[in-house]
Amino acid sequence: MLEDVTNLFHGFAVVAQPFNLVLMVVGIVLGVIVGVLPGLGGANGVAILLPLTFSMSPTSAIIMLSCIYWGALFGGAITSILFNIPGEPWSVATTFDGYPMAQQGRAGEALTAAFTSSFVGALFAVIMITLVAPLVASFALRFGPPEIFSVYFLAFCSFVGLSKEPPFKTVASMMLGFGLGAVGLDQMTGQLRLTFGVEQMLNGFDFLIAVIGLFGIGEILLTMEEGLAFRGNAAKLNLKVVFQTWKELPRYWMLSLRSCLIGCWMGISPAGATPASFMSYGIAKRISKNGSKFGTGQIEGVVAPETAAHAAGTSALLPMISLGVPGSPTAAVLLGGLLIWGLQPGPLLFTEQKDFVWGLIASMYMGNLVGLLIVLTCVPLFASILRIPFSVIAPIILVLCAIGAYTVHNNTFDVVMMLVFGVAGYFMKKTNYPMAPLVLAIVLGDKAEEGFRQSLLASQGGLGVFFSNGLVSTIMTLGLVALFWPLIQSGWTRLRFGKKGLRPAE
Amino acid sequence: MSETTKETGGTGPSHRSMEISVALFMALLALIGIYGSNKVGIGWADDGPRAGFFPFYVSLAVLISCAVNLTKVLMSADEGEIFADWNQLRQVGAVVLPTAIYVGLIPYIGIYVASALLIAVFMRWFGHYSWLLAIAVAVGVPIATFLMFEIWFLVPLPKGPLEIYLGY
Repeated sequence: MLEDVTNLFHGFAVVAQPFNLVLMVVGIVLGVIVGVLPGLGGANGVAILLPLTFSMSPTSAIIMLSCIYWGALFGGAITSILFNIPGEPWSVATTFDGYPMAQQGRAGEALTAAFTSSFVGALFAVIMITLVAPLVASFALRFGPPEIFSVYFLAFCSFVGLSKEPPFKTVASMMLGFGLGAVGLDQMTGQLRLTFGVEQMLNGFDFLIAVIGLFGIGEILLTMEEGLAFRGNAAKLNLKVVFQTWKELPRYWMLSLRSCLIGCWMGISPAGATPASFMSYGIAKRISKNGSKFGTGQIEGVVAPETAAHAAGTSALLPMISLGVPGSPTAAVLLGGLLIWGLQPGPLLFTEQKDFVWGLIASMYMGNLVGLLIVLTCVPLFASILRIPFSVIAPIILVLCAIGAYTVHNNTFDVVMMLVFGVAGYFMKKTNYPMAPLVLAIVLGDKAEEGFRQSLLASQGGLGVFFSNGLVSTIMTLGLVALFWPLIQSGWTRLRFGKKGLRPAE
Repeated sequence: MSETTKETGGTGPSHRSMEISVALFMALLALIGIYGSNKVGIGWADDGPRAGFFPFYVSLAVLISCAVNLTKVLMSADEGEIFADWNQLRQVGAVVLPTAIYVGLIPYIGIYVASALLIAVFMRWFGHYSWLLAIAVAVGVPIATFLMFEIWFLVPLPKGPLEIYLGY
């Protein structure tokens, strides 16, 4: 424990180098811009800016990228409150009360509440990561291939069983992602799979292309349906409003704490920040005395989802750095970045790359603090970006996406694939096929398959290896429970309440 | 197709038919996957599953899920919801088409020139800006990008005849 504290301080020292500090500020500013613009959301923005970091050391690179991530988390709230346009899926719940508050002229209050809650949520999650990550990592060092596969299994099953999308659509998405990930060179046998003789398919589909296409182009196409106008409320943030709101916020410390816990819990599982924000809003509405006024501009309606979403977004990094399993698409992109820089995410990172890991964790603290300061001071600036007419901004976003897609492998075919993914993403979103499992499956498919096959190699083909010891059996069972959770839940309610079903719907 | 819509006031392809199409398309991809996996072998070799094992079962899972989804859609009543009205689809198409041309042109004329064209087209056709402003932004953005990517971050982007002529 003490050693970890020392490591953390060492990490702070790494972060405090002038170059890294500059990168931090640049990252946050870019991140907020990215979060404010549609089509350039967190995962997508990080993916596009990833190649910029190739010329930096991995530590500096991850600092900048994670600050882009924080910036995007903050930025999503700006558009939600001012324009009723959620910049990120997890900012949707913020629009419920945030936008009414802005319409009542209380935009400053809403923004301050949102940013501060985000900061608190993220801070809580970072502290949790500081304490828990090394433990998980040291624990995970004892993992062999069956255990590694079981963790992936658990992650994927959670997606199917615990997300709100129809399970068979999630399965279809996920399996399609696995299939797409399998295209190309098979690492274990050296054979080419599913390439059908097309030369450009040798490298398979890089998940970064999928991310930029699905989340970027797809998002823009969806926005296009609404036409080309953004009309929003003005935003001026003067210090008096900030301090007034700060005085009011401590009243909601219980709500905050609850939201932090919800966020952390959901962030670690692949469910992610979006369900966390909705869940937190729903629970806050039920518990609060002013519950019935939610939706008309209650400040709690902003605090709850923002805290949870940021706690979740931050804690999604915990499984990524300690186990190598990303908890969200953005974490998956960061994971991809790590692989590109030659780092092996997972428990070994803590022992072999201490500078990197603790530099990253330290940057989480500082990045959030700096981010809070920057957004509080620069909100009008960021909000005015959306005033730029769509006909100017849309092509620029498309150009950035194309650049992002190209720079992954210096391949123009990838840019074509990006467009294909974009159109596919549009259709998928409209027909409720979730995209996150698709992306995660493309990223992790190879590794999950590798774990599967290595386990079978060791056990000479017996599937029983996945239940061979206590640890792996537990994780596999948890996975199966998560997979069949909806069935279990409905069976349980049937048992308790008989055929009458649940309490009256709210 | 029913005329009742959700929020828009227009007509368009029904949601139901879209769901069916998407499910069928995914099923098609699954069948391709099954075919492709078969080519590399889907059984067990001495040392474990062969290369096509994993993709085969994965594709099978996609196929089964598509069947389930398809059944669900076919069995549920048609509520007349539309997927998007033709207006909306037109707007979406208005973005997809120029982008498709843009993407197709990049290998030939380089990304900078192509981007300039894309921005100019958007600003002129959709934004009805003056030629002067459109050209100013259309040229300005690629130049800014060039400076940022090529010179500052040293990341090469595809170039075409114009850049080669200028000596890059």
